[in-house]
Amino acid sequence: MVHGELWTVKELFVTPNEYIYWSIQIVMYPFMTGLVAGAFVLSSLYHVFGIQQLKDMARFALVFSFALLFAAPMPIVLHLQFPFRGVEIFMTPHFTSAIAAFGIVFFTYGAIVASELWFLYRKHFVEVSLALREKQDRTLGEQIRYLIFCTLTLGVYDISEESLHRDEKAIKFLAALGIPVACFLHGYAGFIFGSVKANALWMTPLMPVIFIMSAIVSGIALCMLTYIVAMEIRKYLAKRKRAAYAGLQSQDQLKSVEISVIQMTAKYLLAFLVAAISLEILDLIFRGYTALKSWDVLRSVIYDRDFKTIFLMQYGIGNLVPLILFLIPGITIRRAVLGVLLVLFGVFMMRWNVVIGGQAFSLTFAGYMHYHLPIVPHDWETVKEGLVGAIAIFIMPFALFTVISKIFPVFETQKAR
Amino acid sequence: MISRRKFLKNTALGIAGMGISLSALEIIDPRKLFAEVAADKAAVRWAFLVDTYKCVGCGLCVKACKEENEVPYDANVTRTWVERYVLTKTGKLYADTPKGARDGFTTDKIDLNADGIKDISKEGIEKAFFVPKLCNQCDNPPCVQVCPVGATYQAADGVVLVDRKWCIGCGYCIMGCPYGVRFFHPVHHTAEKCNFCYHRITKGLKSACVQACPFGARQIGNIKDPNDPVTVAIRTQRVGVLKSEYGTKPQVYYIGLDEEVR
Repeated sequence: MVHGELWTVKELFVTPNEYIYWSIQIVMYPFMTGLVAGAFVLSSLYHVFGIQQLKDMARFALVFSFALLFAAPMPIVLHLQFPFRGVEIFMTPHFTSAIAAFGIVFFTYGAIVASELWFLYRKHFVEVSLALREKQDRTLGEQIRYLIFCTLTLGVYDISEESLHRDEKAIKFLAALGIPVACFLHGYAGFIFGSVKANALWMTPLMPVIFIMSAIVSGIALCMLTYIVAMEIRKYLAKRKRAAYAGLQSQDQLKSVEISVIQMTAKYLLAFLVAAISLEILDLIFRGYTALKSWDVLRSVIYDRDFKTIFLMQYGIGNLVPLILFLIPGITIRRAVLGVLLVLFGVFMMRWNVVIGGQAFSLTFAGYMHYHLPIVPHDWETVKEGLVGAIAIFIMPFALFTVISKIFPVFETQKAR
Repeated sequence: MISRRKFLKNTALGIAGMGISLSALEIIDPRKLFAEVAADKAAVRWAFLVDTYKCVGCGLCVKACKEENEVPYDANVTRTWVERYVLTKTGKLYADTPKGARDGFTTDKIDLNADGIKDISKEGIEKAFFVPKLCNQCDNPPCVQVCPVGATYQAADGVVLVDRKWCIGCGYCIMGCPYGVRFFHPVHHTAEKCNFCYHRITKGLKSACVQACPFGARQIGNIKDPNDPVTVAIRTQRVGVLKSEYGTKPQVYYIGLDEEVR
């Protein structure tokens, strides 16, 4: 069977080679890079602009952004017909292609996040390795831990007040540098679509900007969600272990920290959400007003065939409902959870409507293509380019975060308090 | 001891100095020189001419292409295909290309894919015609532009080729082509497209579809040769190209191109 034939249903006049070639993994790709960029921008709000209320969130968001970074290129790898040739993008980049920039942007960004993390956690590495060094007869686990942390210090054990101050300066610089790079990382994902002149729905210079805005929205939402989940677990542990560990914060303390962090973050979420929606609506109005040759088929896709996924699921459930939820004063954790879940869903639907919606009509402008997501896999192709593959990609950063947070403890400062 | 400032300064100066002296020398690649000298004498730019008045929709070109280029016969993809356009007296347009017209248009009924079969009475038809399609071997090919690894490239004679050993299968070229000529090869899994039968034309043969067309609706020639029949036809007759608004500068010319052709 031809690639794409399995999940494509053609209607009316469609040329023989047209299929939905870019399927669920290409929906996941901008969704995941968006989360990376958004999480980083959120952490930078504290480091660069000194928004104190975001202090707890900043550390958390940075580590999470690092975990997401590894998951971000995975959808593309799963999408490629030759995943093992993917490395050619770095080896022989063809720079007229937007995708070729991926290697440079991705590694630059990765280097920035990694160095910022190093400066942020340097003190912790030194403390842990010194503590383990002094310990006599280490167990095997401790020995491994010792080796890992010794390596992570990179041989620098100076944690004097002066050098820590220098670290802070470096963090601020890297965070500031990271904002444009994070925006570029995601803006370029938008450029991949926006520059395809053959696609009437994708081609708009607004695409990278729209992608950046919705990226920040989704990144903030995911950080809020993960933060709430982590805090709930800590509250639960605090309740159980209070007697054993007197040093831990009480449940009430944690609760008040949690709600104030969420309140503050929600404000930024709202601001970026409004920006994202405005740009998307502007794009829609502009297309209708200028009504180029492609508008007839676009209109039938937007207002008729994809009405449910665009207006109901994306704008309605994904944008309007959370907007109202966050605007009602006196936000609660429960409402925030519902809100961020819907926001994440909305951003995912936006990616879906761009990627799948962009292939919903034929190049002839006289035919349509329907996408049927493979749910139950029956071969390797339906595993990687089906629901299973998409879920695997979505779970990946959380699994990575669990591992990475063993080395970069996100709640370290609170324990120390 | 050398200070850090001095070290950095000297390094920067050294690199800049080396850069300048190296840039004064141009390393001449013998192959490039040879190609530039040869380019003027044996200038070849392949171009294609389709006379839509002559096409009857028999599909022999599609069949020949599939066999010549080893595109699986029953796979629903093809390097070339023929479209049928039917305009009714009520002003409605119907068009189809069942299996790329591999078996020819053997029935009057229009294949609307998932929307079923449309039967149009002969009396209701205002005009109807066939349009063969293939890769336009654009002068400004968007597929070459978007390939992230340079696996698809344009030869000096204008034909756009795909390196099956280097293609990663991302599908960006398929998305970038405004003519829908690209697809993933069902066996090789790499991007696939019409290349004017490059293995034939570079040996002095005609493309398989040109050879197979019993009516002379398809012709291939060298547009840089002023005496080539294709060049003469393009110069002297009223020809059109597909989707010129994309700026791709397509090199497949059509005689009798209707504005309804997509």
